[in-house]
Amino acid sequence: MAFDNETTLWLSGNEAIALGAWEAGVRVASGYPGTPSTEIMENLSRYEGVHAEWAPNEKVGLEVAIGASFAGARALATMKHVGLNVAADPLFTAAYTGVRGGLVILNADDPQMHSSQNEQDNRNYAFAAKLPMLEPSDPAEAKQMIGRAYELSEQLDAPVIIRITTRIAHVKGVVEKGARRGTPEPSIEKSPAKLVMLPGNARVRRVAVEKRMQALRDLVETLPENRIEPGTGTRGFITSGVPYNYVKEIFPDAPVLKLGMVWPLPEKMIRAFAATVGELIVVEELDPFIETHLKAMGIPCRGKDLIPNQGELNSFIVRKAIVPETIGEIFAPLDLPMRPPNMCAGCPHRGLFYGLSRMKDVFVSGDIGCYTLGFLPPLSAMDSCVCMGASIGVAHGMAKALGKQGEGKVVAVLGDSTFMHSGITGLLNMAYNGTYASVIILDNRTTAMTGHQENPASGKSILGEPALALNIEELCRALGIRRVSVVNPHDVEATRKVLKEEIEAPEPSVIISRAPCVLLPEEVKRQKPVYFTNLDNCTGCSLCVQMGCPAISWTPLAPEEAVARGYREKQKGFARIAEVQCNGCGQCACVCKFEAITKKEAK
Amino acid sequence: MKQSGNILFSGVGGQGILLASELTAHAQLAAGFDVKKSEVHGMAQRGGSVEAHLRYGKRVYSPLIEPGAADILVAFEILEAVRYLPYLHRSSTVVVNTRKILPPAVALGKAAYPENILDELKSHHIKVVPIDAFAVAESVGELRTVNVAMVGAMSNFLAAAPAIFLKVIDRAVKPQFAEVNKKAFSAGRAAVRV
Ligand SMILES: Cc1ncc(C[n+]2csc(CCOP(=O)(O)OP(=O)(O)O)c2C)c(N)n1
Repeated sequence: MAFDNETTLWLSGNEAIALGAWEAGVRVASGYPGTPSTEIMENLSRYEGVHAEWAPNEKVGLEVAIGASFAGARALATMKHVGLNVAADPLFTAAYTGVRGGLVILNADDPQMHSSQNEQDNRNYAFAAKLPMLEPSDPAEAKQMIGRAYELSEQLDAPVIIRITTRIAHVKGVVEKGARRGTPEPSIEKSPAKLVMLPGNARVRRVAVEKRMQALRDLVETLPENRIEPGTGTRGFITSGVPYNYVKEIFPDAPVLKLGMVWPLPEKMIRAFAATVGELIVVEELDPFIETHLKAMGIPCRGKDLIPNQGELNSFIVRKAIVPETIGEIFAPLDLPMRPPNMCAGCPHRGLFYGLSRMKDVFVSGDIGCYTLGFLPPLSAMDSCVCMGASIGVAHGMAKALGKQGEGKVVAVLGDSTFMHSGITGLLNMAYNGTYASVIILDNRTTAMTGHQENPASGKSILGEPALALNIEELCRALGIRRVSVVNPHDVEATRKVLKEEIEAPEPSVIISRAPCVLLPEEVKRQKPVYFTNLDNCTGCSLCVQMGCPAISWTPLAPEEAVARGYREKQKGFARIAEVQCNGCGQCACVCKFEAITKKEAK
Repeated sequence: MKQSGNILFSGVGGQGILLASELTAHAQLAAGFDVKKSEVHGMAQRGGSVEAHLRYGKRVYSPLIEPGAADILVAFEILEAVRYLPYLHRSSTVVVNTRKILPPAVALGKAAYPENILDELKSHHIKVVPIDAFAVAESVGELRTVNVAMVGAMSNFLAAAPAIFLKVIDRAVKPQFAEVNKKAFSAGRAAVRV
């Protein structure tokens, strides 16, 4: 394979999609970060001729893309699967208005929940919103399908959804680069009957949607992305997306109907294929989406009776489901200490959660971000987490249900990006309807969990250029919150005091816990002090160990060993800081009452 | 020369397994193979166990290695080597960095770090190739080259010539770090007995 040249590239699915969008002539792209979709926007922002931006949430992102399309530009909105829930409102009605410039919604599902709170199968959205959906099988196809999606979008006057999964987004493969396509200049063109979705207009468009679906059903029969790969044997497969690879891997010679478009389905093609095979098996990840529609067509097939409807597939799972006799010896796993993710050494969130971990009768209504790791032991300081922004509504609802008995015991915790994503309206609700619950905003100056994206409070655009830095305190006050305080979470004691006071206050309060994420490039570069343990002073109280910092470890001691080291016989062990891992936050020195943790100046 | 194969990388978030797998992928591409590589980003990177799957051959479909099918495991930590036992087979080779990183339960004193756990691999007739990659990185004067030292050690078990890897390193890392990384590669390659 000729690899060493300018046009054959080695790209991840997300890089390939960004390239595909650029080649397709996309002018405007908006999205909100979310694994596994994030790198698409990051890459696209670096191409000439594209305005790419981080929106505060997916609904805004899709609305921006719709607007660009109304102006005649090709536009892209990107999001992870749960992001499409947030953007579902504009999605369903954009199906009615249709498009002017091509409009593509890039949706990334996360089977197995590698980095997600649920495992929904967003093919169901294509069915429910009556929109076409394409599904690639690898990075090269993802790039090609982006181009096809824009053609179809303009041809059919419809938004087109592309569904990828983690094993497209974060899989690297060989991709051929093409040229950027010319597209018409954007302009204002009014067509209110088509774009103003009042009931009278919408009823007319409702009919257009059905007509379009009919046209699509004809078109998919000859769409090159749907193809029959002839083969031998009586067993035939219908598959799409990543699972296509697993079928090819295990059954290289079997007949396969590969669906590049998963909605609507090419019924005639499916019937013709089914007629040529003895046993028809649908191999698909998550829901029995194709299978259900096949059964509705009256086509007998097997599918989820063999293949799990939960979790990510791989060739092994498919093999086990269909040809278990081909599995050789598999060694059993060993029982080993787990290594779950943890907050980094020096993470500002730790200081805050340490405070909350000391308030055992307070219910901590949590949210989604790095700080969700505050749930894990030893801090164990989060009691619920539903979806982005939910912490505030949940805390408010709990307080309303608990009444007096919950006073001083309900607090919401969420990150800065999460607050701007969908926490602001919840806070407005608290101010409007009144509560004693408190809200903690963990302002680490970035969207850390998804890899440090800029956001409306970080002061920089997606390209790192100067931008608005929202003043969170002023916003909270403007929403009607009178008690707003700011703490430095590395000062563990002062933070605890403020937490106690504010959580006990009888009116809504906001505590902004502000310190930059230690992984931000400017923080990584900053000269920081390092802390070390004076082992002579350590009494083995283990308070520092209970903070769960990865730089601090515990060495247990038998009584003889304790004595030999000059400790009291009763001392159960000692704590030690691994200086190479220390990021110099000083939180542990704050909690140590025995002067056993000391600062050493700059690394 | 082997016409296809599966290389699994495992380690702890932050150890640089992405770069290691990337260098290996480029070397295999340069050797004329089709390659697919799979990684997980996001939550998994915060100090948890991480893995990358690399498959090469004439035409690669699946981006994931099946259990029982990893020919080479490049493990950046001992526990992260034995954790992947179900992916190995009787003629697998495991290149393993012997520097321990304590998992949280061990650091908290709630569990012990298993002793002599690499024997579990040997008892399945798996070839275990230990390397103190931290010491190698130290010897070239840059602790951040542990991952490239690991690639060097692993390269002994691939057909691609060292020169291919050195060229790949030149292209993949910033010019000011190219020399030290190439040194780490060569030192890692020399540090293990084949
Ligand atoms: C609707 C939705 N969109 C995106 C995500 C992905 N996601 C999870 S956490 C997070 C960002 C959290 O950032 P922030 O609130 O600033 O907390 P940090 O990680 O910085 O602590 C994102 C974008 C999601 N889970 N749900």
